[in-house]
Amino acid sequence: MSAIATTTITPGADRTLKNRVSLSQSLAHTVTMAYRGLLKIKRTPEQLFDVTLQPIIFTLMFTYIFGGAVAGDVQNYLPIIIPGILVQTVISTSIVTGVQLREDMDKGVFDRFRSLPIARIAPLSGALLADTVRYLIATTLTFAMGFVMGLRPEGGAGGVLAAAVLVIVCAWSLSWIFAFFGVIARTASSVQGISMLILFPLTFLSNAFVDPSTMPAPLEWFANINPVSHLVTAVRDLVNSGTIGADFGWSLFGSAVVVAVFAPLTVRAYMRKA
Amino acid sequence: MTTITAHDIAFRGAWAVEAEGLVKTFGANRAVDGVDLRVATGTVYGVLGPNGAGKTTTISMLATLLRPDGGNARIFGHDVQRESQVVRQLIGVTGQYASVDETLSATENLVLFARLLGLSHRAAKAKAAELLDEFGLTEAARRPLKNFSGGMRRRLDLAASLIAQPPLIFLDEPTTGLDPRTRSQMWDTIRRLVATGSTVLLTTQYLDEADQLADRIAVIDRGRVVAEGTGDDLKASVGSSSLQLRLQDPRDLDDLRVAIERVLKVTPTVSPEAGRVTAPMDDPDIVTELLVTLRDEGIRLSELSVQKPTLDEVFLTLTGHGVEADASGAESANELEGSRA
Repeated sequence: MSAIATTTITPGADRTLKNRVSLSQSLAHTVTMAYRGLLKIKRTPEQLFDVTLQPIIFTLMFTYIFGGAVAGDVQNYLPIIIPGILVQTVISTSIVTGVQLREDMDKGVFDRFRSLPIARIAPLSGALLADTVRYLIATTLTFAMGFVMGLRPEGGAGGVLAAAVLVIVCAWSLSWIFAFFGVIARTASSVQGISMLILFPLTFLSNAFVDPSTMPAPLEWFANINPVSHLVTAVRDLVNSGTIGADFGWSLFGSAVVVAVFAPLTVRAYMRKA
Repeated sequence: MTTITAHDIAFRGAWAVEAEGLVKTFGANRAVDGVDLRVATGTVYGVLGPNGAGKTTTISMLATLLRPDGGNARIFGHDVQRESQVVRQLIGVTGQYASVDETLSATENLVLFARLLGLSHRAAKAKAAELLDEFGLTEAARRPLKNFSGGMRRRLDLAASLIAQPPLIFLDEPTTGLDPRTRSQMWDTIRRLVATGSTVLLTTQYLDEADQLADRIAVIDRGRVVAEGTGDDLKASVGSSSLQLRLQDPRDLDDLRVAIERVLKVTPTVSPEAGRVTAPMDDPDIVTELLVTLRDEGIRLSELSVQKPTLDEVFLTLTGHGVEADASGAESANELEGSRA
């Protein structure tokens, strides 16, 4: 009973207040929101099933199914397929971000976030930041599976680490697209539907699994300009030779463009939602 | 205690809330259709109305959660649209449905909100502990909210709104669905808030609650303010309590009606099927006289009760879209409505 009764509240008119949130405050809010995301993962660890099982099953399946046909044997295929699988797995994990955001936004707590004097973007950017943990798990497991199956990256530990960071950064950027769907869609399952429809062609019409020069001309053309191909190539460069090429730059540039376009769109849609 | 001078009132925003002609439409439905509100600093203001009257929508616009389609509103002189971030620093919002995170514990919730409000980790923990103690939630602090009762959730929700000690607190139906004991606890909490200098704007479906807590009440219906005034003003406009009598022998119905007209000097409503008579009771004192008269005339009652004005009756009287919109009620409603122009 004491707390309320003794503290006198500063009258509204006596307060000096700013109508802007500074960048450092926005970052602090994002980190706090990410902390909330991690607490939630801690409370419901079963939501990590997809990022733990998918890398294991996909890596095994694709390598042994396509290995012989595409590269003669599994051993030769590993340096090609592991970066491909890595990109595909981690990017498809970013769909879950949108799905979970939709579920989360339907809860009452988002009303409170919107009534707090915090950066408007924080509930979104924080949720997305917390999801990098999911990408980290998926990345680690994919590389671990590759290693178990016989991949010996010539790029060394540094190359693998850099590739992992690159994939996570790109997946985080792409997750803004799915976050946008998450905000505008009415149900979580429709988010899943739309996102799969986009992601499936995007990851398969690339150089992730096969050499695009074996495809019909229009597909080859698309596979070569597909941003996923650039990312896969950049990851292969890092993992297999430890080098950074133009594809590395293109991947980062593409990611920046996606964030620049979709982050404001998402935040605006989020603010407009009642 | 600070002394408030005339200067302060004139130059420092005596109004905690000023809203003019607020409009919000959802498709063809005008959920809020030109609401005007003025809430003086340091008071409790009640917005009274049935489900779907536009109470929550109004609060959402004042709390920067919804963008108004028309009109404007200021919180302590700050425009809710242009200076929304300032407004958010001045308000606490407790929604109709608990706006706390179900997957986290009570402590985690409060620490999270406190951190977002800029408290250090240590200060956030201290604040959470202090508020949990204040609201009697310390024992349940570490449990997940899934196991919380409705009343506990509501208390935690209110606690979360008080972290920043905002000078204005919005409470959207703070006691709907609570049992009577929890409700009176909530009322005590609201009274204590006001004692510290907070301004409270609450919505409710219960006339009684608005009457108990609010200094002024706005009755809202179909997105419009249909009456505004103190609890006494409203009650005067609605009329008095009513006396309900049931007869042992329905054949006495006419005699009873005549007796009521003679003693209470009012026209009762007769429901012959139920053998029941309802009469407005302006002066409880003369009811004794009526009862004596009935005994003298040998009219035997099987039941006697006094009905306070219900929200239904307030609406019947104030909005006129009820069954009996009697002349005097409609008049006073117009009068009250005129006062807000």
